[in-house]
Amino acid sequence: MSGSAAGGKIGLLTALEGINLMNSRFLPISLALLVGLVVGFFLYPIFVTPADVTGDQPTEAITSIEGEPAVSVLPVVQNRSTLDHVREKGFVRCGVSQGLPGFSNPNDSGNWSGIDVDVCRAVAAAIFGDARKAKFTPLSAKERFTALQSGEIDVLTRNTTWSLTRDTALGLDFVGINYYDGQGFMVRKELGIKSVMELDGAVICTNTGTTTELNVADFFRSNGLTYSIVAFEKSDEVVAAYDAGRCDAFTTDMSGLYSERLKLANMNDHMVLPEVISKEPLGPVVRQGDDQWADIVRWSLFAMIEAEELGVTSDNADDMRGSTNPAIRRLLGVEGAFGQNLGIPNTWAYAIVTQVGNYGQSFERGVGVNTPLGIPRGLNQLWKDGGLQYSPPIR
Amino acid sequence: MSDHFVRTQSSPTLLPPSSRLGVLQWMRENLFSSWANGLFTVAGLYLLTLAFPPIFNWAFLSAVFTGQDGSVCRADGVGACWAFIDAKFNQFVYGRYPAGEQWRVDVTALLGIAGLAPLLVPNRLPKQWFVGFLLLVFPFLAFVLLYGGTAGLVVVETSDWGGLMVTLVVAVTGIAASLPLGVFLALGRRSKMPVIRILSIMFIELWRGVPLITVLFMASVMLPLFLPEGMSFDKLLRALIGVALFSSAYMAEVVRGGLASVPVGQYEAAKALGLTYPQMMSRIVLPQALTTVIPGIVNNFIGLFKDTTLVLVIGLFDLLGIVQSNFTDPAWISPQTSTTGYVFAAFVFWIFCFSMSRYSIYMERRLETDTQR
Repeated sequence: MSGSAAGGKIGLLTALEGINLMNSRFLPISLALLVGLVVGFFLYPIFVTPADVTGDQPTEAITSIEGEPAVSVLPVVQNRSTLDHVREKGFVRCGVSQGLPGFSNPNDSGNWSGIDVDVCRAVAAAIFGDARKAKFTPLSAKERFTALQSGEIDVLTRNTTWSLTRDTALGLDFVGINYYDGQGFMVRKELGIKSVMELDGAVICTNTGTTTELNVADFFRSNGLTYSIVAFEKSDEVVAAYDAGRCDAFTTDMSGLYSERLKLANMNDHMVLPEVISKEPLGPVVRQGDDQWADIVRWSLFAMIEAEELGVTSDNADDMRGSTNPAIRRLLGVEGAFGQNLGIPNTWAYAIVTQVGNYGQSFERGVGVNTPLGIPRGLNQLWKDGGLQYSPPIR
Repeated sequence: MSDHFVRTQSSPTLLPPSSRLGVLQWMRENLFSSWANGLFTVAGLYLLTLAFPPIFNWAFLSAVFTGQDGSVCRADGVGACWAFIDAKFNQFVYGRYPAGEQWRVDVTALLGIAGLAPLLVPNRLPKQWFVGFLLLVFPFLAFVLLYGGTAGLVVVETSDWGGLMVTLVVAVTGIAASLPLGVFLALGRRSKMPVIRILSIMFIELWRGVPLITVLFMASVMLPLFLPEGMSFDKLLRALIGVALFSSAYMAEVVRGGLASVPVGQYEAAKALGLTYPQMMSRIVLPQALTTVIPGIVNNFIGLFKDTTLVLVIGLFDLLGIVQSNFTDPAWISPQTSTTGYVFAAFVFWIFCFSMSRYSIYMERRLETDTQR
């Protein structure tokens, strides 16, 4: 007993001495380290970003809620064209969301599906004649632009809103719009409201710190309406609050309203109001500086829209090759050498339509009225049906 | 003179009174041993009757077990949507790993279990062979099997990995790498050689002072910008390295605690016997130190296992990630889908963590020494 107690005492003493030693010798060293770290933290932007970027911006890359890194990273200089690189790899790599219903989401078999995914598959079909040669990298909102800038992905097809800042400051190019989204409102049918204008004095549920909140403020102020906001961090909380009756209306992007509606206890008791109070054009993005690649992605999307306009579907494309309509013959590569101009096979659009389908087919398969989402075409109708989807002529 | 009677057999033992027997006695001892405990028992039972029926009803009675899509779960008053788990189960285990290649994951798991099992329970098999297999052969086998590219196996990109498989790959790598690294770092921190000691301290304090999520973000968002174009590390590899280094720093501190608990007399005795430093550490000090800190080590493992869910922020889909991402399948969106998915994920995580915890208790008992109370 006494022996072990003595041993314990000695052990304790040595441990105490050790601590003393630590203090005397390591205090200066650890202080120096700390100072070094702090100095390094402030100096590091100078080393990692171009000189014209001011010091406070890099932190925004991590903190900004929209996930929009304000760092203007210069576009990666491509030694060779993206097309050559893609051909060499044997597949197109696209950045998609980590899951947005109808746009890019995993299905039962684990494959990606949705309208953003279809744009990527169309690009793969145009280049390789095989829509399966597309690979998908799920990206968070924060990662998406870096992944494109660094060359990790070839195209970003991830429900990204086209805005001037993003088009200019990030070294990226938006090449088209595959979905015209915008902020809308959902209310209970029992309120008997038919328009947003009747929402005077309403309590509105939304997410914190997003542009959605600002859009509501702008809209209600410019229309002289009063309102109060109940904001939550996560969209699931917003839905729960709305479902529990804590607010009269729920606002977010239209596409989001339709998918969140499915989470409500009695989804048929709710309706989406027709007004859209903001412009959220979503489209594919490529790196700036490779015009040929931008053209390929842009025209792959246009080919889908043009095919719908001409009535070419995945089912009738083969028959349509025998059509006498010159526009259809040009689209399907029977006449002319339009693929050649893009640097891809002349049957590019034929491959897109047969393997992915036209724009309308893709829309109906992903988000259309016959899917659980049930989103009406609205702004995404063809121009001749009163929508905004319009393809320049392929000729 | 007088006859005396010596009893040669003991009289039959009587049972205690009925109130001291069986269920009644058990209840008296465990539930109503004092009036305060009795009160708590009644209150607890009341809370149970409040909570249990709705939970049971949600999980079983009004739950949906089969269905082709989420429309069955969107009906009124429906409980858990187990059909969702059923439809997606394969994905939850293998992620997007191609269906025709999933046997490779199974084989890897079986190999791992076959290598590990003999080490977990006491037996007479040659342990060093299994340790050698696990540390030297298994990682390469697992890499070849899972990633492919050699031996006629198709390459399966790590971006297609997912689900429980990724959770286990990240956790097992972290656990396997962190223990040896942690031991070396802990020894380094107590070393008398200044360079080694300072380097160890710097390493430990750097990684311990940074949140794991920051490490992962740095690895996934910043690293590609620093690297020359065309050169890119695999995302999963980046995460694995990050997790391994991060957890080894924590492990080092746990092991250091164990080293400090070994009485200095043990060191001195070892030295007096003429043992070299490696001999002293491997035969005298570390066995005692590690035994003492088994709870701490397993605590770290459990923490690490749960921390693997953070890889979602860099676009890797671990079990929780793939469950969450499937919430966005329009075919399955319903009021109950996400709750059901989270309950399922929680249950799987609990099974793994609870098993680790029980095993550590078993280990402690087996290695019980006179220091244990």
